[in-house]
Amino acid sequence: MSTVATSSRRGSVGWLAVPALVFFIGFAVIPLVGVLLLSFTSWDGLGTIRPAGLASWRMVLNDPGLPHALWVTFLVMALSWLFQTPISLLLGVFLAGHQRYRAMLAVLYFVPLLLSSAAIAITYRALLDPNFGLGAGLKISLLSQDWLGRPGLALGLVVFVVSWQFIPFHSLIYQGGVRQIPRSMFEAAELDGAGRVRQFFNITLPQLKYTIITSSTLMVVGSLTFFDLIFVLTSGGPGDATRVLALDMYKRGFQANLMGPASAIAVVLVLVGLALALLLRRLGGRDPSASQLEGAA
Amino acid sequence: MATTLPPQRGRHPVDATRHPGDPPRRVPRRNWLGGMAGWLWLAVIIIPIYWIVITSFKAQSNYYASNPLMPPDSPTLDNYRLVIRSDFVQYFVNSLLVTVGAVVPAVAVSFMAAYAIVRGGRGWFLRSVNYLFLMGLAIPLQATIIPVYLIIIRLHLYDSLLAIILPSIAFAIPLSVLVLSNFIRDVPKELFESMRLEGVSEPGMLWRLALPLTRPAVMTVTVYNALVIWNGFLLPLILTQSPDKRTFPLALWTFQGQYSVNVPAIAASVVLTTLPILALYVVGRRQILSGLTAGFSR
Repeated sequence: MSTVATSSRRGSVGWLAVPALVFFIGFAVIPLVGVLLLSFTSWDGLGTIRPAGLASWRMVLNDPGLPHALWVTFLVMALSWLFQTPISLLLGVFLAGHQRYRAMLAVLYFVPLLLSSAAIAITYRALLDPNFGLGAGLKISLLSQDWLGRPGLALGLVVFVVSWQFIPFHSLIYQGGVRQIPRSMFEAAELDGAGRVRQFFNITLPQLKYTIITSSTLMVVGSLTFFDLIFVLTSGGPGDATRVLALDMYKRGFQANLMGPASAIAVVLVLVGLALALLLRRLGGRDPSASQLEGAA
Repeated sequence: MATTLPPQRGRHPVDATRHPGDPPRRVPRRNWLGGMAGWLWLAVIIIPIYWIVITSFKAQSNYYASNPLMPPDSPTLDNYRLVIRSDFVQYFVNSLLVTVGAVVPAVAVSFMAAYAIVRGGRGWFLRSVNYLFLMGLAIPLQATIIPVYLIIIRLHLYDSLLAIILPSIAFAIPLSVLVLSNFIRDVPKELFESMRLEGVSEPGMLWRLALPLTRPAVMTVTVYNALVIWNGFLLPLILTQSPDKRTFPLALWTFQGQYSVNVPAIAASVVLTTLPILALYVVGRRQILSGLTAGFSR
């Protein structure tokens, strides 16, 4: 490291970072600052932008829509974490085995990762349609409920479809994590007479600590950005039963043409994301980028 | 635990003599729970995919009368004809242009930045650039979409493919730089040193040393970004409006709105738009899977 730093003194390399920096500042940093500024203005998306002081914030904070959206966001986050983590962990351990058939299964498991959220949402909409879908065709009343028309069911469906889409990804992370555990640890445990279950709880689980933190961080922070899927699947409905923060922002901004309040929601979204990242960093003892670095190093 | 480790190390040569076909001993067959979860989840994954594929070959006229899980008696390609007639060739070209147009510059500028960060990372400038990109990992695209929309309007780029490309590049940069710099860091310093003594410039070393030695990482990052951008929905939704600017995911959504009662046609549109990535998956499965977890596990 130190040789690299000293040797690069004479030929400066800083300029090589400039193109990336320009793109990133132009379309990520400036918008991030911009969204804060826009939250103090009133703009309909087409006309002129006028300063509006705290009007947007007052409107958003006095509107029961915000706490509701926060609550729905939290529900989707917590439920999808609860649903995804045990299954991903189990599948990851399963897939870490080197058997042929597991490798074949893995090929199929990862197919959902390739599909766009739009394609997945459209598939499930059609599949679960109470009149034309699977349940109606097979005469299974459990499946032919009005999935998109009842608030609890719609929320459950969102959690399920999110999990369907992302469990493969997290299994992949856990598979990598399990394969990094030194084989000798299991062999030692086996010699000591520890069974499969005890090995799992005494070796696999503790050794996967940072993998669990990485996966959970990605799940939790990532759950703030489930826009595409929910937009196509339920578009926030029925009513506002699945209207998460990102969707609330979209509806206020691009459907009601209230860019000021929508920007305020976006600021809330950023703050929630930051708060969660910091919280998870506290819990894990290091920040998510460090655990990513650790994984890639 | 540490005390039991040294004697265990000595056993590895025994492992090496094991026949390649033998099942590895570390994962015994007793993992019933994992096995059950494995097969169950396979069904959960496969049923919707199977359903959408067979449905896409059913005629709309007898779709409602058919058993949804049985393949059609007389498969038809009518649904695919309808989808292709609905401009999906144009949408394919748009998706391709946006993906290539964003991924190539994104990987190029990310590689340059990663190289700079590894080679000159001690200076305040590159240290803060690195820090900025690390922080950038936490910026959700959705939260910035309103100002991005404003910027795109002011640049007179609204409703063009370039409007999708530019922000896509920006949001691909942080993770790409992180992954690429980790790999460039693994290039032995002695190689840089000997090239420097030969008088090779920094861009020369980037091109002739760092790039060839990190080609797998470049592939990985390329594949990951391509998948994200190909499947992107929000940017096309917000930043374009004309039908002839639609990319696949957006086209799927509008098609579904238009033909909401024609389930087989919708199924065909889903299958057709997924085929290109599925074909790539068959060819380059390893690259895609390592690309998906780029930077998170290896």
